[in-house]
Amino acid sequence: MKKWTELVPGAVVLEAGSSARFKTGSWRTFRPRWVPENCIQCLMCWLYCPDMAVNVVDGKMTGFNYDYCKGCGVCAKECPGKQGKKAIVMEPEGK
Amino acid sequence: MGKVVAVTGNEAVANALRQADPDVCSLYPITPQTDIVQRFSSFVANGQVQTELLNAESEHSAMSAAIGAAAGGGRVITATSSQGLALMWEMLHIASGMNLPIIMPLVNRALSAPLNIHGDHSDGMGARDTGWVQLWSENAQEAYDNTIMAFRIGEHLEIRLPVMVCMDGFIVSHSIARMEYLGDDEVKNFIGPYQKVNPLLDLEHPKSFGPLILTDLYHEYKRLQHEIMGRVKNVVLQVSDEFAKQSGRKYGLFESYRLEDADIALVILNSAAGTSKDVIDELRDKGIKAGLLKPRLFRPFPYAEIGQALRHLKAVCVMDRADSFGGYGPMFMEISSALYQADGEGRRPKLINKIYGLGGRDYMPGDARKVLLELNEISKGAPLGAVKEYMGVRE
Repeated sequence: MKKWTELVPGAVVLEAGSSARFKTGSWRTFRPRWVPENCIQCLMCWLYCPDMAVNVVDGKMTGFNYDYCKGCGVCAKECPGKQGKKAIVMEPEGK
Repeated sequence: MGKVVAVTGNEAVANALRQADPDVCSLYPITPQTDIVQRFSSFVANGQVQTELLNAESEHSAMSAAIGAAAGGGRVITATSSQGLALMWEMLHIASGMNLPIIMPLVNRALSAPLNIHGDHSDGMGARDTGWVQLWSENAQEAYDNTIMAFRIGEHLEIRLPVMVCMDGFIVSHSIARMEYLGDDEVKNFIGPYQKVNPLLDLEHPKSFGPLILTDLYHEYKRLQHEIMGRVKNVVLQVSDEFAKQSGRKYGLFESYRLEDADIALVILNSAAGTSKDVIDELRDKGIKAGLLKPRLFRPFPYAEIGQALRHLKAVCVMDRADSFGGYGPMFMEISSALYQADGEGRRPKLINKIYGLGGRDYMPGDARKVLLELNEISKGAPLGAVKEYMGVRE
């Protein structure tokens, strides 16, 4: 841990992208589970995710990055699913 | 070259701001400060400054915009009074916590309720713990000089702190007095170009302001803030020395008036100090050894220096134009602390506290005379009454 003499005045973070080192996934109490058979690849989950925790490879949703997902459930709420069945469901952690 | 003029305190301060030519001014009007930003807006409209003017929808927004502009890398000003300062309160802490040297004249005015527009110090005293540097000014000349010096002090690379320049509402802000302007070029050279520190608009070096800092580091950041505040005193003295060379007007951390050989003294801020000095002269002529100490730098408070300047006295009255309800007056608390820590070899002046002039109530020579004569009796052994009393209140 840094001493006070080593800090930047004003608490300015001089390094870009350093929040990648702050893994917020440990805050999660509910985790999103992807159900590929109900997914229409609309990417609404990717668009709405506040933590960029939806993995997209070659334009396709491939699952979640649980290092950063806080379990807010916005993706599951926005997911249109297929024929009334959600492609993202929230489940309690540790179940 | 200097130019002698007869102007109001507000006009003097507005001209200091014009001469500083800031990058951004975010503003919201409030009596008795309105006159400053109104005049400054004319300077912008007339092309006399290059400033970007932002009309905010409240003082909270004005300070927020000032913070954004200062973090962006600009020299930034705003101005306020009373309720406006109170509305800015949470943002004041953010400006200082981010080390942003925003310069803000504060035209001191009473706080509601009851509603009052006149001059007292309850607004500025309420901002005591916000981490801003506070300079207090007796008259238009001091307000002008302090405003110019505030840029050099706040922008100094060792501190980078926001500075509040205080003067009494109406008594100084709206009264015409003789004072002397420096030339535009003199001020420009004295203040110098703005030096950016970690500007957000430096796109080659992206950075973040305002991170979340929890139990692991917050305590350390506050320790750093305390350290930086500790450097202010020397910066103020250094800038004031340079200013004296430029202008011929000398300023310290506080002003001592006939204090060195005095037995009794008043500690008093701003315009009322001027009235008191006349009465001190009058009592000196009658053989009463009276003096006065007028603080200039209130935050950070120069405890050691003020304790040293007062410790030889027999009796001191600390005059407060603000009250801390349930406590002593705010200045009294500082002076008590300063004297308790001063090395007086067991000797310490008797200390009393008078609350005066709230809501702009006049402070007259008779008021100063009455207090000084009471101190004179105390210095000869008269018993002390209540520590804190309201002066001139109808009973």
